[in-house]
Amino acid sequence: MTPLVELDNVVAGYGGAPILNGINIEIHASDIGVIIGPNGAGKSTALKSIFGLLQVTGGAIRFDGEDITNRLPDALVPLGLSFVPQERNVFTSMTVHENLEMGGFIRDDDLSGTLSEIYDMFPDLKAKRHQNAGELSGGQRQMVAMGRALMSRPKLLLLDEPSAGLSPRYMMEIFEQVVRINKTGVGILMVEQNARQALGFASKGFVLASGQNRFTGTGQELLDDPEVAKSFLGG
Amino acid sequence: MNELIFFFNNVVVSGLVLGSIYALGAIGVTLVFGILRFAHFAHGDMMTMGGFVAFLLASLFAAWGLTLPVPLGFAVLPLTFVITAALALGIDKGFYAPLRARGAKPVTLLIASIGVTLIIQGMIRLFFGTGTYNFFEGAPKELYRIEVPLEEATRTINFSQPQVLLLLVTVVTVVALHLFLTRARLGKAMRAMADNADLAQVSGINTALVVRVTWIIAGGLAALAGTMLALDVTLKPDLAFNILLPIFAAAIVGGLGQAYGAIAGGFLIGFAETAAIFNWSILLRPFRDALPEFIEIPNNLALVPTEYKLTVAFIILVITLLARPTGIFKGAST
Amino acid sequence: MNRRTLIFFGALLAYYAIAGVFFGAAYISLLSVQALAFALIALGLNIQWGFGGLFNFGIMGSLMVGGFAATTISFPVNPEFWASDGPALLGQVAIAAAIGAVLVIAAGQAHRIGITGRWKTTLQVIAWFAAYVIYRSRIDPAVAYIEATDAGWIGGLGLHPILGWIFGGVLAAGVAYIIGKVSLGLRTDYLAIATIGISEIIRALIKNMDWLTRGTLTVSPLDWPVPRPQDLQAMGLAIADSFVVGRVAFFGVLLVVLALVLYLVQRAYGGPWGRMMRAIRDNHIAAAAMGKDVKSRQLEIFIFGSVLMGIGGAALVTLNQIFDPGSYQPINHTFLIWVMLIVGGAGNNWGAVFGALFIYLTWMLSDAAAQFLFNGLSDWMVTMGWPGIPDVQSRSSQMRVLILGVVITLALRYTPRGLIPETYQARD
Ligand SMILES: Nc1ncnc2c1ncn2[C@@H]1O[C@H](COP(=O)(O)OP(=O)(O)O)[C@@H](O)[C@H]1O
Ligand SMILES: [Mg+2]
Repeated sequence: MTPLVELDNVVAGYGGAPILNGINIEIHASDIGVIIGPNGAGKSTALKSIFGLLQVTGGAIRFDGEDITNRLPDALVPLGLSFVPQERNVFTSMTVHENLEMGGFIRDDDLSGTLSEIYDMFPDLKAKRHQNAGELSGGQRQMVAMGRALMSRPKLLLLDEPSAGLSPRYMMEIFEQVVRINKTGVGILMVEQNARQALGFASKGFVLASGQNRFTGTGQELLDDPEVAKSFLGG
Repeated sequence: MNELIFFFNNVVVSGLVLGSIYALGAIGVTLVFGILRFAHFAHGDMMTMGGFVAFLLASLFAAWGLTLPVPLGFAVLPLTFVITAALALGIDKGFYAPLRARGAKPVTLLIASIGVTLIIQGMIRLFFGTGTYNFFEGAPKELYRIEVPLEEATRTINFSQPQVLLLLVTVVTVVALHLFLTRARLGKAMRAMADNADLAQVSGINTALVVRVTWIIAGGLAALAGTMLALDVTLKPDLAFNILLPIFAAAIVGGLGQAYGAIAGGFLIGFAETAAIFNWSILLRPFRDALPEFIEIPNNLALVPTEYKLTVAFIILVITLLARPTGIFKGAST
Repeated sequence: MNRRTLIFFGALLAYYAIAGVFFGAAYISLLSVQALAFALIALGLNIQWGFGGLFNFGIMGSLMVGGFAATTISFPVNPEFWASDGPALLGQVAIAAAIGAVLVIAAGQAHRIGITGRWKTTLQVIAWFAAYVIYRSRIDPAVAYIEATDAGWIGGLGLHPILGWIFGGVLAAGVAYIIGKVSLGLRTDYLAIATIGISEIIRALIKNMDWLTRGTLTVSPLDWPVPRPQDLQAMGLAIADSFVVGRVAFFGVLLVVLALVLYLVQRAYGGPWGRMMRAIRDNHIAAAAMGKDVKSRQLEIFIFGSVLMGIGGAALVTLNQIFDPGSYQPINHTFLIWVMLIVGGAGNNWGAVFGALFIYLTWMLSDAAAQFLFNGLSDWMVTMGWPGIPDVQSRSSQMRVLILGVVITLALRYTPRGLIPETYQARD
């Protein structure tokens, strides 16, 4: 079976020396993939390289078997990719509702079904739908960001540290939703700092360091690996 | 009472008129800034260009013997809007888009807008010379006089026909723009891109399309502003370059990137200018007899002499930059 | 200077020589002197933009300030003014201004007596307003008096023109200090609009302050640092020769000034000062983190560039022997210089000088070329039985604006770093 997304020896950077020195990642539609690694390892860079936000200089990226290396975001969203960046991931001067509508910009059909699905998923948002996203708390913003990304009905959702800076309550809520979204047939590839929790529900785990794969396995395998635990999970 | 009417005519009516022109210009400046992140200095010249497009069209229709109850310059506005918007698109394609494609910094686009200024100015002067043109060919503009239903009032509140039409155009434009930005998919996409261009791109918004729409609106509004300004005064090649400062001041005061801020800023500067050059001693004259002998009302109590009107917009601009650089509506920060 | 630079300057020399053959010695010598003055001005902009990354759309203001200084310093004394009550009235104005200044400064120190926040701001606004009213109450009658008397204006000081140039530099520095204090540190777009605003205000002031500048009434002739053509004629030189000789001598003076400035700037830019400036320009944040006082360095460089513009503006007015505030236009006095720098190469002093000399001649040539072209076209149209082109002269002099726009557009597109680019580091 062809994987949903496949990074094949990807080399990429921001114009200077490459940040990713040949990394490999494979995700199927049923997978929740979690990337962990120290700060500056290139985790965000890996997601951005999939989404055409920087120059890939070596290797290939395939989506559903199709080569999408260096395609621009407005060509990727219609294919079924969606991305929630780590920072500045909502339109602060627009209402929650408008944020979600922007996520569905590429769709020409009626958005109301998807909108109500998302409001069901995040009831907090429904109450604040006419409030500016900039006025929301960090957790609620993260929900808006995820909701926005889901509006295009993606096959693959890329999440960059969705739980960063959130209280445990919001973190759990976000993680629960990630699992639920995955159950509907959406492949997930996320970067996480809360590595233990995330690996707990991950079907695949990738440890990146200095732009290279250090360990790859199921979430449980990584949790059980003493070396991973020592170097990357804080003992 | 007559003094009050005089005040109304010179400050309120003139302020509304000036404010409308500034607002229409500033909206374009602020939208272009919001989307493309550079101060488009050729905007004044786009306004002038719009004025000349309208003048050409009006002359053409006049030559065909067309007469209407409204000035021809006003009647051709829709067509002028379309033509100038197309020219604005062409300017972007020819001058700015290649630089953006190369990944040039916004400041390079700012410098490129000097080139556009020079080319538009050069074209206009080449074909029309440096003289002034009048849409009304000597026929006086119609004047609407509103009687004030009071005993002592012998003066009337005056609007010229172009002024009334200008206010009308402004109201229609502002309402239409509001509906576009809050209801239309592309309008919202425009706000999204001004808010966070990276996220807009990530969301799959067709940013190239948004850029085109921005130029259409900016160019079209510039045409409206330029034409209405030329109808109110006269048409000349440096028509709008001279009001570039108040227009930018309006956009900055309102917060660069904020359409509503630009409207508010435009009217703020318009009223401030007319109030600053108004001779306030006229309002004090009725009290002359009530005042003790030794207090003499000077003949001229204008805050700023007319020839220095420009300083008003500038001072407001400087105060804004010092006190609140993001503008009253929180636009782009430093 | 590398080979590329030498080749470009060689070509430039040939360009001037060919133009000289067409225009004649008298006119090309005039153009050459003017071009040198523009080279000085372009160097000033190069220091601000090329070295410091500081945007300046207000070059016209500095040039006018320089021109005003040259006029006031070198024009003969106006005895009628000094015999009238004018000086006394102006003395009162000075006192009023001083009182106003004291008020404003005092309000700025209000926090020392415990007035802070909103109250201090209110107090400052009131102080500014009071100062303005006090000043206006003295200046208005003084102006009315001076303009009504036979004196008409205060006249000049009758000093050497070179002193006028120096004063032009000083005055431009003062204006630049105020602009810089207010607007440096703002984003580029704001700096651009702030500088364009100040230069427009300077134009309005100089145009309308008849008592101080003679405004659009203008005064002439101004003295030169070398014998003027009319002086040479009085000494018995033929008219045609007098222009060439006088202008060549003027050229010599300006060349010495330019060479001196160029030498100093080149040296400074090659040294530690230049390295620091580049560091600040290319990376504000890192430079600030390294403990550089970015803002005052930028103020320094902004002032320094403006000084050169003031001197250049003064030299131009001295050369023309007349200061006509009505003749200043942003196109001819701000944008033209930007085109010179962009085409020549921002960040390279030789590029700035080359751009100024090359663009100035092109700018002046395109007028003549367009006239030639249009006349030919018009004649051809007449022979075809069509009406000729009306106002060929005024139209063709507008042609150069168009050409200038095309030139800068092409430069940005195809040689974004200029013909003689910066040698240190790529930008953009
Ligand atoms: N926009 C950028 N331009 C240049 N370098 C960048 C950029 N973003 C990140 N980097 C560099 O790339 C490396 C990896 O960053 P990133 O992928 O964000 O790490 P993380 O694993 O913490 O998400 C870091 O050394 C960082 O400095
Ligand atoms: Mg990261």
